[in-house]
Amino acid sequence: MKAKVTVRKFDAVIVGAGGAGLRAAISLSEAGLKTAVLTKVFPTRSHTVAAQGGVAASLGNSEEDHWHWHMYDTVKGSDWLGDQDAIEFMCKKANECVIELEHYGMPFDRLDNGRIYQRPFGGHMSNFGEKPVRRSCAAADRTGHAMLHAMYQRNLKANTQFFVEWMALDLIRDAEGEVLGVTAMEMETGEIFAFHAKATIFATGGSGRIYRSSTNAFINTGDGLGMAARAGIPLEDMEFWQFHPTGVAGAGVLITEGVRGEGGILRNSAGERFMERYAPNAKDLASRDVVSRAMVTEINEGRGCGPNRDFVLLDITHLPPETIMKRLPGIHEIALQFAGVDALKEPIPVVPTCHYQMGGIPTNYHGQVVVPGKRTQNEIVPGFYAAGECACASVHGANRLGTNSLLDLLVFGKSAGETAVDELKKSTQAHKELPADAFDRTQERLHRLNTQKDGASVHETHLAMQRTMQKHAGVFRFADLLQEGVQRIIEVQRDVQRTEIRDKSKVFNTARIEALELDNLIEVAVATMVSAEARKESRGAHVRDDAPDTPEHPNGRDDTHWLKHTLWYKDPDGTGCRLDYKSVTLRPLTVDTIALKKRAY
Amino acid sequence: MTAEPQRIRTEKLRWHSRRALLELDLVLQRFWQRQPDILGEGQAAQLERLLALEDHDLWDLLSGRRASTDPALRDMVARLRQPAGN
Repeated sequence: MKAKVTVRKFDAVIVGAGGAGLRAAISLSEAGLKTAVLTKVFPTRSHTVAAQGGVAASLGNSEEDHWHWHMYDTVKGSDWLGDQDAIEFMCKKANECVIELEHYGMPFDRLDNGRIYQRPFGGHMSNFGEKPVRRSCAAADRTGHAMLHAMYQRNLKANTQFFVEWMALDLIRDAEGEVLGVTAMEMETGEIFAFHAKATIFATGGSGRIYRSSTNAFINTGDGLGMAARAGIPLEDMEFWQFHPTGVAGAGVLITEGVRGEGGILRNSAGERFMERYAPNAKDLASRDVVSRAMVTEINEGRGCGPNRDFVLLDITHLPPETIMKRLPGIHEIALQFAGVDALKEPIPVVPTCHYQMGGIPTNYHGQVVVPGKRTQNEIVPGFYAAGECACASVHGANRLGTNSLLDLLVFGKSAGETAVDELKKSTQAHKELPADAFDRTQERLHRLNTQKDGASVHETHLAMQRTMQKHAGVFRFADLLQEGVQRIIEVQRDVQRTEIRDKSKVFNTARIEALELDNLIEVAVATMVSAEARKESRGAHVRDDAPDTPEHPNGRDDTHWLKHTLWYKDPDGTGCRLDYKSVTLRPLTVDTIALKKRAY
Repeated sequence: MTAEPQRIRTEKLRWHSRRALLELDLVLQRFWQRQPDILGEGQAAQLERLLALEDHDLWDLLSGRRASTDPALRDMVARLRQPAGN
């Protein structure tokens, strides 16, 4: 039986209430537009809370700085895959967005003279890569949290309507390709609604839960990406994921690099300090990518630890207990809670851990979703916008700089909101009529899930997906593993299409929500695996064993063939996929192109 | 409270255990794996109060960085802090 759908009308519907969604909502509500924000969890429990580092802006409060230098760092960090028009736009807008946030009440740390305090952060330099610069604006170690609170309060004042504990299910698109809203489920009742809107903005965050080891919270299930893919929108550059070398194996919680700084040693199953072979001078203090690659090589060559030989050990047992408790106070507790080991006596199991998604729903710097069309490679999808980690503007390209993620969500959340306001004000037309098949996809998915017999377990299928991604498309990639990975992930996808839940109740049915989330995660996982297998070079965070550093291709990068964005499309019948590519925008808005060169620090 | 409202209350708490920070997700997931399907009245009330906290404040309690000033919550905090296998 088809689920009943109640239609509600708004000028704009925003999916997600993290930083990007809240910022977009401010622009829309303050312009007097009727704006709905749908969110699975209470807004201030969005994953933006976990961002500690700060937000980058060339305010120059402590020393000379310039948006052009910030732009240079971002292009270089992206390994030249970032679009230079979007990067110029973001870096130029940074100061305005940070000051605006200050006016919303964000409690930034201050200098004695009252200006916003700024601290240095990896990759941010002055004078086109000359020396580190203080560019990050923070609120102690709770920057993301403070940012969400300030923006949530501002939204309440502006009468944004929040739908808390609602899960968006599918995008509504008509025959012309125009986006007319979303379907959604109210968790408290299990009832299905359609949010019919003139503007639909996705701000659903990252999808890091596709990996077994991920720093992402459980809510990061790529809902926006799954909905977009099912509606025929491509996903851009999904092969690029940022990893951190030392997450607790099986949990993902980060062990700070400070542990190796204080003398922590990485060991394999033979107890060998293997970093001596890979980086004889820096050893355990080598850069993140070198350490991650060495760890994966040890595991792949059979020198991993544990029953499945799938992690290595971080040993601090030789350090005096008082040093550990004084300099690394949180580590003892984290090891005990998440690895079940007393780090004073036993080494901690660690693996490279997924942290941030560079790819996403393709947009221009106005926050409008763009797809290749008959005339250009970036034709606007009417009525559809995306911002933050779920979107690919693309400012991070192949690798994101620290503190640029909070900036991304502020700048493009604002940009998407303001563009939607302009578009809505230009048109006096009423809501376009919903097509007859507007709810079909959602109703079919729910019906399938409610009636599935002898199906696959959601939990087991989720685990199979995560293990496949970790093994076959992790931080260091191998041609044979990727090829095998494509076959494996398609097998997992078949299981996702036949998941079964025992509990069919309607009220706060977590099992149903998790099955619907898995429908989204699997699209991201397949997109990642297929895109990674196809890109036969190393660039930024995508590092292949068969594309090594050579004089012809420094760092394995091959600009002749691969200076282009990947676009992954799900086939409309839901069983296959295809790849396409589009060129990188190398021309900035007002300044000269930052010319291609080797990325070296 | 009769069984059905208490079951719904439990389900609601299960969803409210989805947090912004991975550390909390993991600790709470472990708690639910050890629990019966429906929480008792006392446990549900304590958990409700803890889950109403901001994520960083809750993690301060659960990581032992700070002790709860409310004796009524100490039992639940201790239960949540039990490492795996205990």
